[in-house]
Amino acid sequence: MKVILRNPRREVEVRGGRRVKDVLRDLEIIPETVLVIRGDTLITLDQLVADHDTIELRPVMSGGCEPSAPGTGHPRLKPASRTSPQ
Amino acid sequence: MKCRKCGQGAVIELRRHNAAFCTPDFLDFFRNQVREAIRRHRMFTADEQVLVAVSGGKDSLALWDVLIEDGYRTSGLYLDLGIFDYSIESRAKCERFAAERGVPLIVSRVADEVGAPVPVIKQVTRRPPCSGCGLSKRYLMNRVALEQGFPVVATGHNLDDEAATLFGSVLHWQTEALPRQSPMLPSTHPKLVRRVKPLYRLSERETAAYAFLRRIDYIVEECPFAKGATSIQHKEILSRLEEVSPGAKHNFLFGFLDRARAVFERVEAVDLHECARCGQVTTGTVCAFCKLSDQVKRAT
Repeated sequence: MKVILRNPRREVEVRGGRRVKDVLRDLEIIPETVLVIRGDTLITLDQLVADHDTIELRPVMSGGCEPSAPGTGHPRLKPASRTSPQ
Repeated sequence: MKCRKCGQGAVIELRRHNAAFCTPDFLDFFRNQVREAIRRHRMFTADEQVLVAVSGGKDSLALWDVLIEDGYRTSGLYLDLGIFDYSIESRAKCERFAAERGVPLIVSRVADEVGAPVPVIKQVTRRPPCSGCGLSKRYLMNRVALEQGFPVVATGHNLDDEAATLFGSVLHWQTEALPRQSPMLPSTHPKLVRRVKPLYRLSERETAAYAFLRRIDYIVEECPFAKGATSIQHKEILSRLEEVSPGAKHNFLFGFLDRARAVFERVEAVDLHECARCGQVTTGTVCAFCKLSDQVKRAT
């Protein structure tokens, strides 16, 4: 079966005839971090996927922005200080 | 797996709620969580104009979609960061979303306001790109809202964002940051608008599922500068924890909000001034945004 991965977009072939959670385990992907898409809908981890299936594992994680500073709407926090020897 | 509400085939399992839902019942669940957030924290009323900060990503567009569907009076604010093709594509998605629904979208270019786009700011400041980017976003969101008469800005921060921020703050015991970690930051100065996070009860996977099931065309590719960002690393750690202990992220964040946040509230008020240059709110004489803008203009 074909698995479409993102960031960067690529395709891998894996063995079908088993549950989605087993495919994710083989690919070392944490279920919480992806949507599993087959056709135009989502499928749950207990669903069986066949050799002729194509599924997309779409990552859900985003981020990068730092929190704002106390008491104001916009100035940033000072970066956390590194540890120093005691 | 069956939907907890109707018994039909489920499309998504939410282990932290020990539940699975079909598409219509998941969409209902999602909208109800947003409504509960707005109600519980009195984020805004049906009479108020809400400025929704949108990036073209799943969270902010999902939020805007729910608010439009629920009849709120909203406008979008897209901040063009000038990050190569990523910004071109994400802006196009926001413009298409707004046009299809007949809602207004305000676009502000960071390059026009700071003097250079985020990639140049990164080079000039020699700091992580998220630093100058986040500063510019927070400043411009507030300023645009003030200038255009919006009492409140809504952002698409979700449960994972909030848990990761809390994790980072606790990891370094940044106690001054903890009182600011809230789904609703009230206006503490006439020139600071209220900031709210109506998605804070929903995980990143849930917002992605909502966006997908609602056929919202969002940008799946991550910001090229986000790779390796500390917040992403913290999210990965928390997701591994969630995998072995469903509900861990929820309990971490909600336990803090319900039982610990008040302990860190400051006794003394923060002294706020108006920036001598731009008039926006700052704790110093000249705000960080004006300093950044000066630094960029000197170097370019």
